[in-house]
Amino acid sequence: MSRPLVEICGDVRSGKVTARSRVEAYLAEIARREPEIHAFNELHADAARAQADAVDALVASGRDPGPLAGAVLAIKDNIVMREGRTTCSSKMLADYRSPFDATVIDRLRSAGAVFIGKTNLDEFAMGSSTENSAFGVTKNPHDTTRVAGGSSGGSAAAVAAGFCDASLGSDTGGSIRQPAALCGCVGFKPTYGRVSRYGLVAFGSSLDQIGPFARSVADAALVYDALAGRDASDSTTADVAHEPLAAKVSAPLAGLRVGVPREYRSGANAPAVAEALERAIAAARAFGAEIVDIELPLTDIGISTYYVIAPAEASSNLARYDGIRYGHRAKLAPGEDLEALYSKSRAEGFGPEVQRRIMLGTYVLSSGYYDAYYKRALQVRRLIKEEFDRAFERCDVILGPTSPIPAFPIGGMKDPLSMYLCDVYTVNTNIAGIPGISINGGFADEGGRRLPIGLQLQSKAFAEETLLRAAAMFERALA
Amino acid sequence: MADALTDADIKKIAKLSRLSLPDSQVGAVRTQLSTILGHIAQLQAVPVAGVEPMAHPLRIVNRLDADEPKAPMPVADLLRNAPAVEDRYLAVPKVLGDGGGA
Repeated sequence: MSRPLVEICGDVRSGKVTARSRVEAYLAEIARREPEIHAFNELHADAARAQADAVDALVASGRDPGPLAGAVLAIKDNIVMREGRTTCSSKMLADYRSPFDATVIDRLRSAGAVFIGKTNLDEFAMGSSTENSAFGVTKNPHDTTRVAGGSSGGSAAAVAAGFCDASLGSDTGGSIRQPAALCGCVGFKPTYGRVSRYGLVAFGSSLDQIGPFARSVADAALVYDALAGRDASDSTTADVAHEPLAAKVSAPLAGLRVGVPREYRSGANAPAVAEALERAIAAARAFGAEIVDIELPLTDIGISTYYVIAPAEASSNLARYDGIRYGHRAKLAPGEDLEALYSKSRAEGFGPEVQRRIMLGTYVLSSGYYDAYYKRALQVRRLIKEEFDRAFERCDVILGPTSPIPAFPIGGMKDPLSMYLCDVYTVNTNIAGIPGISINGGFADEGGRRLPIGLQLQSKAFAEETLLRAAAMFERALA
Repeated sequence: MADALTDADIKKIAKLSRLSLPDSQVGAVRTQLSTILGHIAQLQAVPVAGVEPMAHPLRIVNRLDADEPKAPMPVADLLRNAPAVEDRYLAVPKVLGDGGGA
């Protein structure tokens, strides 16, 4: 296991190590391996050096830069910051420069973090492989012929490749947890409302949540501590006090009840994924947890529910890209009107998956179909949430695979629906608004390559302390 | 729901979505959306009578800020990303037709 980030930042705060030297070391590693990985849309080498120098100057003057002093972070390119561009990996926003920082960026800056660059994603976070980026595919550091997962594939690959200490992603239906699973790092989606979405480019507003990728659960907790808490700029942040978790996360929980849904032991899981789950169950027994057999019969229907709700919200959110205030603007032929400007700009600016989801969302919200699709999906959403509520009366965390399969070959998933079906274990977390974390649970051997397998833990809303402490227990037991 | 999507449906959805869709792509889009909607049709089998729709995971009521003016973002910053600007305004194609007058 790598050195804990809290110790590294401690060394920066005490002047034992400079933030600048840490940035230079990461830039050297990026120069060596980024050409084959393509984790980044844009590197901010000079800005990162300047931020690091500012941190070192604070230390030299006897002041404390904060708990993340000198932590080198990569940021998913759908989170706005003043440095560079925020493209969402879309031609639509290829030259967009934000006039403001997202709240999470503000908070990380105040905590002493340094930002090394913006990471690749599926366009507007729509996808599970980062193949839908307008700027090229991110490769899996464990096997560069395979995908890094998505949509936050660049952020997962950046951590797995050793390009940064930690990174930020966003998770609408698994977009943090699934790439973390496929790249073998930790990916944590907090409870909906824990972390401000102000400055996160909106996809599915009732589902989106920002969270960290890290090398360990403890590192993820340290970054999460800086992110969490109510924000006046996001009225959907919850009024629930956040107790810092980094110092507590390594303390084991006595009497932990681990629920294992029958539906998560599906025959559709790849053999190595099924084995990793059984190994984790055995490990949990060995560390004294009680294994509780539970049922979540609405697991499979989550995909259908999600692929109504998320596109519906996306079709509304992405209406703002009209070619007028910002973003791509089509050239019009003489005599073409405003309507043509909208339609041509959007058709030229958005890639195929984004257009597909906008049309799907528009359809399910349209007159005559709203009740049959959208309203019904919202009703099923409540049933899914209630199913989790009942499950959490019997257990503290729910254990299962993050993805039914390890990283698949680039170009290997031919039709959109097959890709959607791989989200089966992650979408319901967002539908219910509960937190989830993916940790490494072992490796699959594929033609001599070791492909990471992710294990997911979920807990009830706002039970992040239980979730992260349990995740740390599994992390230790499976190491 | 079982109604199959027609090419005319796809053209209508594209128009509502403000996406110009060439005729040559209508068939492919119809096939893809039909496959996805075919899967989503599973929702019809879930008993939902009497279940209140859940649009949002949190029960939050509206929160009001104190009614105090804050510094607005400078107009120049906002216009910097605009593809076409005239003076301090966003430029758009002519909205009213010939003879519409204004």
